[in-house]
Amino acid sequence: MNRSRVGAIVLRILYLYRGSPQRVFPIFVFVAVDIVLWGFLTRYLNSVSRADFNFVPALLGAVLLWDFLTRVMQQLTMALFEDVWTRNFLNFFATPLRVSEYLAGLLIVAVTTSLLSLVAMLALAQIAFGLSFFAYGVALAPFLMVLFVTGIALGVTASALVLRLGPASEWLIWPIPMLISPFAGVFYPIAVLPRWMQAVAMVLPPSYVFEGMRAVVAGNPPPWDRLAIGGGLALVYLVLACLFFFAVYRSVIRTGLIARYSAETVS
Amino acid sequence: MDSPSPPAVLRVERLAKSFGDLQAVDGVSFHVAPGEIVGLVGPNGAGKTTTINMILGVLEPSAGRIEIEGVDLAVDRSRALSSTNFAAVYAPLPGNLTVEQNLRVFGMLYAVDNLSARVERLLAVYDLLRYRRTKAGLLSSGEQTRLSLAKAMLNRPRLLLLDEPTASIDPSNARDIRAGIAKFVDSGHCGVLWTSHNMYEVQAVCDRVLFLSHGRIVLEGDPKTLPEEHGAASLDDLFVNVAQEALHAGGAT
Repeated sequence: MNRSRVGAIVLRILYLYRGSPQRVFPIFVFVAVDIVLWGFLTRYLNSVSRADFNFVPALLGAVLLWDFLTRVMQQLTMALFEDVWTRNFLNFFATPLRVSEYLAGLLIVAVTTSLLSLVAMLALAQIAFGLSFFAYGVALAPFLMVLFVTGIALGVTASALVLRLGPASEWLIWPIPMLISPFAGVFYPIAVLPRWMQAVAMVLPPSYVFEGMRAVVAGNPPPWDRLAIGGGLALVYLVLACLFFFAVYRSVIRTGLIARYSAETVS
Repeated sequence: MDSPSPPAVLRVERLAKSFGDLQAVDGVSFHVAPGEIVGLVGPNGAGKTTTINMILGVLEPSAGRIEIEGVDLAVDRSRALSSTNFAAVYAPLPGNLTVEQNLRVFGMLYAVDNLSARVERLLAVYDLLRYRRTKAGLLSSGEQTRLSLAKAMLNRPRLLLLDEPTASIDPSNARDIRAGIAKFVDSGHCGVLWTSHNMYEVQAVCDRVLFLSHGRIVLEGDPKTLPEEHGAASLDDLFVNVAQEALHAGGAT
């Protein structure tokens, strides 16, 4: 892995962010809107509910964590789309750049920007709605890590789909988190799902995170064993996603699709 | 006693590429020596860009072998491409980066030493200093071509692939660019594979020309003497004759 080449991929995105407030805007503003919207909703639910239940950590915390996963995936895919929109694959892949270095560059961008989003979300949730994730201390880190790895796996898979299917696949990949969310039990326990949906939830790493978070919010100790299963699954998906991406890359090099993004058609 | 000829910067052996039933490139072999400009010409669909894409490592050959500076592209793509660069009219640099940013990003991809000085030098050579903070997408097509050529020179390539490099440039600029590339090649450091539909340009610049038709090299030689050797008035006429012969041969099969 050549650091200069990985750095070039990161620098390209940094230049884009530096000269374009509209790219910086979604990192902070969309997540802030989500926190404000769900923050007030949870306050309202607290005020009308007779149950001795605090909706703030349960719902607002869930939104915050789910937004984090979605943002990791989107940031990675957006970085790849910058090369799709500018028809830049031929320019990049005709250099000594390795596909693993390209992917590493995208990952660094996704990690950095989604961490910035997370900090903004945590700060706003604390200041505006008194939701302090810091109260959970380092126990929070494994939950975030599982979501983080899952988000990267989804982002890598989505990027591979874009590489294979072309720019039009944009419409296919943005709804991916939305399709997963009903099965992941973001806002409700998995137990309320029908049996077949529960079976799907068992293979989704985020479902272990949200079940675990609900247990912690209810005052129980973190279910480390369940979280370990979620973490293991997330790692497996990440490895599979990377293998899928490399296989798609080999395929588009074989068929000439990568050159067709900008060159005259070859068939 | 003759001194041994230097090893080729590019050696292509029995290169082939098929897309389903279509044989785009069909067993092509040639080489480019250091200090040599080789023209690759042929009608549209002859297989020029497919050949270049394979040499650039963005298209996997169905068969054959490509060696750049003695390095097999299929074995060590990254090392082979580190001494290569290219400019093509159909591959403009990202329009949402400035001229200078583009050169810096691509300079890092080629791990260019002393990158800042190299970028400054190329900005001056290609008359891009006043556009350094201009987004590449806002440049005229001629300025974009100059930027592509500046990018192509970043790593002082041993093999330079130019796909119609002067297609969108006015005659005066085109002449300057041809002269600049010829001077660079004259140092004996670099070999060039140059595709063009402009036979005047090919005759003026190339030491050797390869006529490609239906994926095969059908004619090869010195562009200055080839027309006479084949009873044509000019390279333009020879091009038309070869293209038509190939068309008839293709139609007969």
